[in-house]
Amino acid sequence: MAATQTWQPLEREALAARLANDIPEGWSVNLGIGIPTLVGNYVPPEREVVFHSENGIIGMGPAPAPEKINRWLINASSQYVTLRPGASFVSHSDSFALVRGGHLDLCVLGAFQVGENGDLANWARSDDDTAPAIGGAMDLAAGARRIWAVMEHTTRGGEKRLLRRCTYPLTAKACVSRIYTDLAVIDVTPKGFAVIDMVPGMTLEALQERTEAPLHRA
Amino acid sequence: MIDKTVRSVAEAMAGIKDGSTVLVAGFAQVGEPRALIDGLIEQGARDLTVVHNTAGRGREGVARLIGEGRVRKIVCSFARSRGSVIFEEVFARGGIELEILPQGTMAERMRAAAAGIPAFYTATAAGTKLAEGKEARVFNGREYILELALPGDVALVEAWRADRWGNLVYRDAGRNFNPVMAAAAQLTIAQTQHIVELGELSPEEIATPGLYVDRLVHVAAGDPPLKT
Repeated sequence: MAATQTWQPLEREALAARLANDIPEGWSVNLGIGIPTLVGNYVPPEREVVFHSENGIIGMGPAPAPEKINRWLINASSQYVTLRPGASFVSHSDSFALVRGGHLDLCVLGAFQVGENGDLANWARSDDDTAPAIGGAMDLAAGARRIWAVMEHTTRGGEKRLLRRCTYPLTAKACVSRIYTDLAVIDVTPKGFAVIDMVPGMTLEALQERTEAPLHRA
Repeated sequence: MIDKTVRSVAEAMAGIKDGSTVLVAGFAQVGEPRALIDGLIEQGARDLTVVHNTAGRGREGVARLIGEGRVRKIVCSFARSRGSVIFEEVFARGGIELEILPQGTMAERMRAAAAGIPAFYTATAAGTKLAEGKEARVFNGREYILELALPGDVALVEAWRADRWGNLVYRDAGRNFNPVMAAAAQLTIAQTQHIVELGELSPEEIATPGLYVDRLVHVAAGDPPLKT
């Protein structure tokens, strides 16, 4: 029988805030759809981070008040955004040249699975996913200088998602350098997953029970 | 006197042949040439290959073009999405071919076509299902995939301001695919919300030089629909 759970997993907002805390001023950052988009809300405006949106915005700001919506200003998730002073627009080909050419310090992406070799799977759950949707994820995963994956540590059914090797179709190989889950923060190193932080009350043993690949302390 | 303006959408769309590859700009219905897409449906060309970010949403625009049975193949980065009901229905009964590309690869394939580059290597999709069947090569210890240029017969774009030379200025995130598609097609048709006197657009602000544009039609389309 499992030991009594002494920890509380982070909710989505708290998880986004935890990651946002680690983004320093001056970085250029792209936020993928889903939980990653929430990260933008938790970087305080006085910490100047340059947010890039794949549809050609550099210097994206937070969501506008409803009465101040500009219908011409959306992010990659089709949400309305504002511009920070210093913002600029580029075309789609220039936007992805920026991505592919390694000019982003960080891209935060949701994940279905991450392998201990840094492989990322986040666009399909099986080989015969008909009519798929890729968007910019493969370009971002292959191009950004750092990929931080943000995800729930296991599926609702308790299936492990931090694996030796991904079983779902890959988005990109060997790209993830850090994983933020609702239970822990884990670096991807040449020696595998290294745990750098855990939620209060979590133990390495309990975390290992929920992780397929071996964990060690950083 | 150079004057790319035509008096109607019908005139703008004249002569588009069956079987054409049509590049359709826009991202999430912002900067999308809706009037030209409607004009294409009116004009009647069929058996088209359409290049667009998605396979259409709702019942208008690219979705309507697909629903009318005009599209043999859609090339896009996002096929199935919230609201892609028409595409899913047509695809499920085998009525349309689908080529899925990473969005950056799609943009760069068109840029390469515009730039006279027949093929290029990219690290995007290396080691994934989308690299299957494609040539790969290693540069500096990293694997890259060979992708070919993707030119269009026709490009449909939307500008915010334009002049009679076809110089185009875009509005905010309405820029997106418009500049690269405008440059990557034999016949570039632009709808513009405003037409201004030659010389009014400053050389610094022109995002698409007029030499890329063939036909220009004034359509005061207004703001994109409000997203709920």
